[in-house]
Amino acid sequence: MTTVTTQIKLTPEHGARPIASMRSRLQDALPKIVLAPSFAITIVFVYGFILWTVYLSFTNSKTFPSYALTGPRAYQRLWRWTFESDPPSSWYTSIINMGIFGFLYIFICLALGLFLAILLDQKIRGEGMLRPIYLYPMALSFIVTGVAWKWFLDPGLGLEQTLHQWGWTSFHFDWIKNKDFVIYTVVIAGVWQASGFIMAMFLAGLRGIDGEIMKAAQIDGATTFQLYRRIVIPLLRPIFLSAFIVLAHLAIKSYDLVVALTSGGPGGSAWLPSNFMYEYTFKRNEMAVGSASAVIMLMTITAIIVPYLYSELREKPR
Amino acid sequence: MLRKLLIGTALGSGLAFAAHAQDVKEVEMLHWWTSGGEAAALNVLKEDLAKQGFAWKDVPVAGGGGDAAMTALKAMVAAGNYPTASQMLGYTVLDYAAAGVMGDLTETAVKEGWDKSVPTALQKFSVYDGKWVAAPVNVHSVNWLWINKAVMDKIGGTEPKTFDDFIALLDKAKAAGVIPLALGGQNWQEATMFDSVVLSTGGPEFYKKAFNDLDEEQLKSDTMKKSFDNLAKLVTYVDPNFSGRDWNLATAMVIKGDALVQVMGDWAKGEFNAAKKTPGTDFLCYRFPGTDGSVVYNSDMFGMFDVPEDRKAAQVALATATLSKSFQSAFNVVKGSVPARTDVPDTDFDACGKKGIADLKAANEGGTLFGSLAQGYGAPPAVANAYKDVVSKFVHGQIKTSDEAVTQLVNAIEDAK
Repeated sequence: MTTVTTQIKLTPEHGARPIASMRSRLQDALPKIVLAPSFAITIVFVYGFILWTVYLSFTNSKTFPSYALTGPRAYQRLWRWTFESDPPSSWYTSIINMGIFGFLYIFICLALGLFLAILLDQKIRGEGMLRPIYLYPMALSFIVTGVAWKWFLDPGLGLEQTLHQWGWTSFHFDWIKNKDFVIYTVVIAGVWQASGFIMAMFLAGLRGIDGEIMKAAQIDGATTFQLYRRIVIPLLRPIFLSAFIVLAHLAIKSYDLVVALTSGGPGGSAWLPSNFMYEYTFKRNEMAVGSASAVIMLMTITAIIVPYLYSELREKPR
Repeated sequence: MLRKLLIGTALGSGLAFAAHAQDVKEVEMLHWWTSGGEAAALNVLKEDLAKQGFAWKDVPVAGGGGDAAMTALKAMVAAGNYPTASQMLGYTVLDYAAAGVMGDLTETAVKEGWDKSVPTALQKFSVYDGKWVAAPVNVHSVNWLWINKAVMDKIGGTEPKTFDDFIALLDKAKAAGVIPLALGGQNWQEATMFDSVVLSTGGPEFYKKAFNDLDEEQLKSDTMKKSFDNLAKLVTYVDPNFSGRDWNLATAMVIKGDALVQVMGDWAKGEFNAAKKTPGTDFLCYRFPGTDGSVVYNSDMFGMFDVPEDRKAAQVALATATLSKSFQSAFNVVKGSVPARTDVPDTDFDACGKKGIADLKAANEGGTLFGSLAQGYGAPPAVANAYKDVVSKFVHGQIKTSDEAVTQLVNAIEDAK
């Protein structure tokens, strides 16, 4: 469609060659010109500030940035703990929490999303109504999700209190107040919010699978389980990649969920590295330590995402 | 091009120079007093200045106990766009003063006699290098008990004078089936309570050495261990659901009579006032047992920035109005705190306010007025936050014994210095 219109427009000016070449050169350059501002902004405000943060992490900046390099002191302070340290340091807690939260959040969201999508794909009645119901939590901000779940999980207000009033007095669920379990409540709230969206992604993927392949498999005598295990799920591989990237970045930046849901948890036991970074940089005036933690976060993400992207994208030309 | 620039600069500075002739009658004020009572209190100042013909340019940055406001201030100062004044806390004032961006109000201070009327301990934060850089607005003190009188009468309790009395009182409440101690399990609330516990356990001299001078000997002493043990005792009297609770919800538990007592700074009185309760008949305010005669304080200050000449007159007017006796009285009656100068008449204050004013005066004269470590007046923010971490981890059981707590405290403070 686009090509057709372009050709028609070009024809009347065919005689005026220099103008046409000017115009075509302009047209060649246009995408670059349009992209240039956003490219420049990205270079400065993303990559420029990454470098600035790295630089700050090697200084002794406190309240204000200072520019005298003082070596890797900030990193040494972060990594002074060992696995045997008792009580665990805040940085250790943050990292372990990131591991627990990241793994469970991504894994449960993918599993639940896929499961729901497969169920919804069974040509059931009322799908048009069910889909938005699952999808809707994604429209809420993390703050709203956090506050709602905070009330729901609070033993004195929400679930436990209600069940006690209904007569089930032995029911006990105080994870949100428990330093060892509070991080799992963050997983619960996070999964509730994101799994519907992941379901929608998988559903789109399922709808894109050629029905002929399914029929062929059924004729060959494949059971439903085999059908999904051997054919459908492998075909959904690109969706897994997109879903993984969406979930991974949500997991890493879920600072606000922790704050709204637990305000850091008992004794800071629900901190994620992002909470650690904010606390140290802005509340404790330890800008160098905060920057160092931000750099480590970036390195970790890079170490996970880059090989994954590489392995997935390399196979494309095949 | 260069010439054009030069001409432009010359013109610009010429204009700025011309403007000097006429003062800007405007006060630009950054603060985080946005909630009802606080905004009403600040309005008093706004009206005072309006009477003198100064316009008020409000820069409110709500939220997070001033964290957001401080981030905004950092950005404004970094851009060279200084406000006339900003609400600030303790060591922040000194940080900015050390960075050389604060103004000098010494002339006004001498004229108004601030150095005589403002408590000496506060002057540590409002005077930098011999120059007045900030005007204190109020003094809060944190070593208070807030008690529901109806519950107190029901269990037949009397004012606890020692820590053991206090434990006995809490036991009575427990036996009567009310929650003895209302506590919000957030690190600053736990640490605020611990300030009082340390003062009560070790006495004024110990508190000063440990929490204002950060003397390592005292920090790892047996008295400090005993303080942690006492804190552990208190924690056994809270309800199981305390973790993460906001301070005003804990106050509400006392107001409603669900709980007997809360250990909190005098901003809690604002909640009682808002619920239309009167001191003496509905609620009681006592000093934390064993701390009578000492005051652990924090204070809101208006930091005065190094503004251009034409804005200095407005700044002086603001500072003078802030520390005027009439404003100090009117503001602090609304806010629940006590005046930042000791010569303000206490006629308009309620019973708790009167006690607060008398205590502050006595503590100032007796040298028992100490900065609260939990509230950032005992040591710089890095140390104060390290302290809050340790106390909170102890309360929530990540740190299991008082021996370990003391070791952790020493290490954390050493680390943060």
